[in-house]
Amino acid sequence: MGEQHDMELTGAEIVWECLIREGVDLVFGYPGGAILPTYDALSKYPQIHHVLPRHEQGASHMADGYARATGKVGVAMATSGPGATNLVTGLATALLDSSPIVCLTGQVPTPVIGYNAFQEADITGITLPITKHNYLVTSVEELAFSIREAFHIARSGRPGPVLIDLPKDVQTASTEFHYPTDEIRLPGYRPTPVAPLQDVDDAAKLIRAAERPVILAGRGVLLSDACDELLEFAERTETPVGLTLLGKGCFPEDHPLCLGMMGMHGAGHANHAVQQADLLLAFGMRFDDRVTGNIATYAPKARKIHVDIDPSEINKNVEVDVGIAGDLRQTLVGLLDGLEPIQHTQWVDRIATWRDESTDRELLNQVLESPELKAAEVIHDLWTLTGGEAITVTDVGQHQMWVAQYYEHSQRHALITSGGMGTMGFGLPAGIGASMGRPDEEVWVVAGDGGFQMTMAELATAMQEKVNVKIALINNGYLGMVRQWQELFYEKRYNATPMLSPDFCALAAAYGVPAVRVETRDQIEPAVRQAQANNDGPFLIEFVVEQHDVVFPMVPAGADLHDMIRRPKNGDSQVKEN
Amino acid sequence: MTDRYTITALVENRPGVLNRVVSIFRRPGLNLDSLTVGRTERADVSRMTMVLEGKKKDAAHVERELRRLIHVIKVEDVNGTPHVLRDMALIKVKATADTRSQILQMCGHYPARVVDVALGSILIEVVGEEPEIDGLAELLKPFGIIEMVRAGVVAMGRADHVLDTHREQSSWAERQVRFSKAS
Repeated sequence: MGEQHDMELTGAEIVWECLIREGVDLVFGYPGGAILPTYDALSKYPQIHHVLPRHEQGASHMADGYARATGKVGVAMATSGPGATNLVTGLATALLDSSPIVCLTGQVPTPVIGYNAFQEADITGITLPITKHNYLVTSVEELAFSIREAFHIARSGRPGPVLIDLPKDVQTASTEFHYPTDEIRLPGYRPTPVAPLQDVDDAAKLIRAAERPVILAGRGVLLSDACDELLEFAERTETPVGLTLLGKGCFPEDHPLCLGMMGMHGAGHANHAVQQADLLLAFGMRFDDRVTGNIATYAPKARKIHVDIDPSEINKNVEVDVGIAGDLRQTLVGLLDGLEPIQHTQWVDRIATWRDESTDRELLNQVLESPELKAAEVIHDLWTLTGGEAITVTDVGQHQMWVAQYYEHSQRHALITSGGMGTMGFGLPAGIGASMGRPDEEVWVVAGDGGFQMTMAELATAMQEKVNVKIALINNGYLGMVRQWQELFYEKRYNATPMLSPDFCALAAAYGVPAVRVETRDQIEPAVRQAQANNDGPFLIEFVVEQHDVVFPMVPAGADLHDMIRRPKNGDSQVKEN
Repeated sequence: MTDRYTITALVENRPGVLNRVVSIFRRPGLNLDSLTVGRTERADVSRMTMVLEGKKKDAAHVERELRRLIHVIKVEDVNGTPHVLRDMALIKVKATADTRSQILQMCGHYPARVVDVALGSILIEVVGEEPEIDGLAELLKPFGIIEMVRAGVVAMGRADHVLDTHREQSSWAERQVRFSKAS
């Protein structure tokens, strides 16, 4: 493979040539009629490892998990029609969490596009609002340019998913191939805006004047590689740091200034701090409704500074005093320049009293009389037994929030979870992708019995590829998060949430996957150790947990952020605190 | 409270752009009252003028989302800046020997001209700001408007208020020129 080729290649060959030049060596894909020419050419490219999922949705989540774990672009491939539409959930999931993936889909030949040909779906039309951008390649001459542009768009600025639709005749047509190397010019695309110095000066003034500042740190901190600068900034200005779900890992959770997660299931003291703050510093986060609660009463006393690489996020959900559209790391470097140390002793002390309240209500500090396992303690034990250093990939629901609360992440890019879209079924396939991207690290998938069953066919993929992924299946016999809402807000009408499941250990055995069931506290550690010792493929632990536990604290949807339903203290009945 | 917001945009002249733009309005269920797309002084760039009936919040949302589109080069809300706004209408109105001269006289007071005359009707072209067109249409109504079509509003800033001064051509546009020369 030379630097530049000048030879006749088919579109199918050009696809692989381009992927290789973009640094791709792993593709998650499912073949079918309209993409077959590309699959036929695959045998010429042994440097590509192709992974066959059991459903195209799995391919898209695997690419996403791989991208989030490695920072590289994940690639998924599917055929036209149903193959392509099965990618939709994965694309939407990647868009909402700014994950760079490129999906390539087969399409019917160009002369019959729009004629309802067999397995034709208008996938560029369907995915238009759920991709950062997409392409319908109508000539083989455009193919290499489109693929190169797609990777550029996926990984630059605020990352996101890009889809490329490849008609069958474009794959079979030939053209002279040389990989373009000239600059990609997209006059409407400015992925990394540079913030005016004046904005940074304005922000610095507010920072110096603040008495009760709080930093809100999101995934943008990780994406702009600004974790070191954030730590320095927080310490120099003695500013507490609240995390979004996707921001976990960007700031050490054992740091005295760390407040943990904010929002609907955030720590009580984090939410109180936000509501009482006189300055919010929003770094690489987007004021999602799960973070803010009722926007009208959100942080009412606070001036707000918002730094985000995507200018459209500024003044979108929350009106701010200073909006800085630019790279966070550069902005923090600018803010730190010449910034004298600032103390906020009184403020930090005040937060400490709220923190004591959280500690009093902490489940793990309470006497656990019931012999039944609590999901929270399972996840807490998983945290201690892995030294807090595993890559944890979650599904969506109660277990996801307990991971956020009880698995303290101090490693960067070590929590992989569907935040914005809240996609059930994400966990197992994303975990497979993450493990394949970082094969030397311990990867745990934590999933509930509901979400796991949405994509559990991917056990076969993990088995076939001998993916070293460990699965902690938290089985409470319910769609637990929905059940929780029914308990709290729908007068305990548990419609459609109880679920009967298969014998998960027997199911795993059918796939050739070793599995154990854990029903008591003393079984947790041996099971986790057994999983850790298993290094030649997936391992599943089914944790049978108490069925009716609830994630606390909880800010009801649309309620004020300080209006939390909190876990009762030992002996108290449930209290609502204002 | 709803208002009319006129938004102009420069976009790359390539397939699919219009769909991406109108999707921004479609998604939250906003009604695009008027939309024009046309060529500019450059073959690779088109200019759109969109009129939105909605709230200020909606207009701000549309602007933000338009700016995110890869093929949208520049977006501006023209409200509040000195702009020339023009719409054009063709109005076919019933006319008899008795009413014809009356209609022609009325048109004389508007930026209008007669482009076709038939035995029972007159076809009038009127170019001007939207209120002028509304005004003439209102006057003609008693005579019987048979059909009417409006082209939609176009807008341009006055004097040195220029929507964009960029001179960069997209890689795609440059390739189209190259391919067309080669074939």
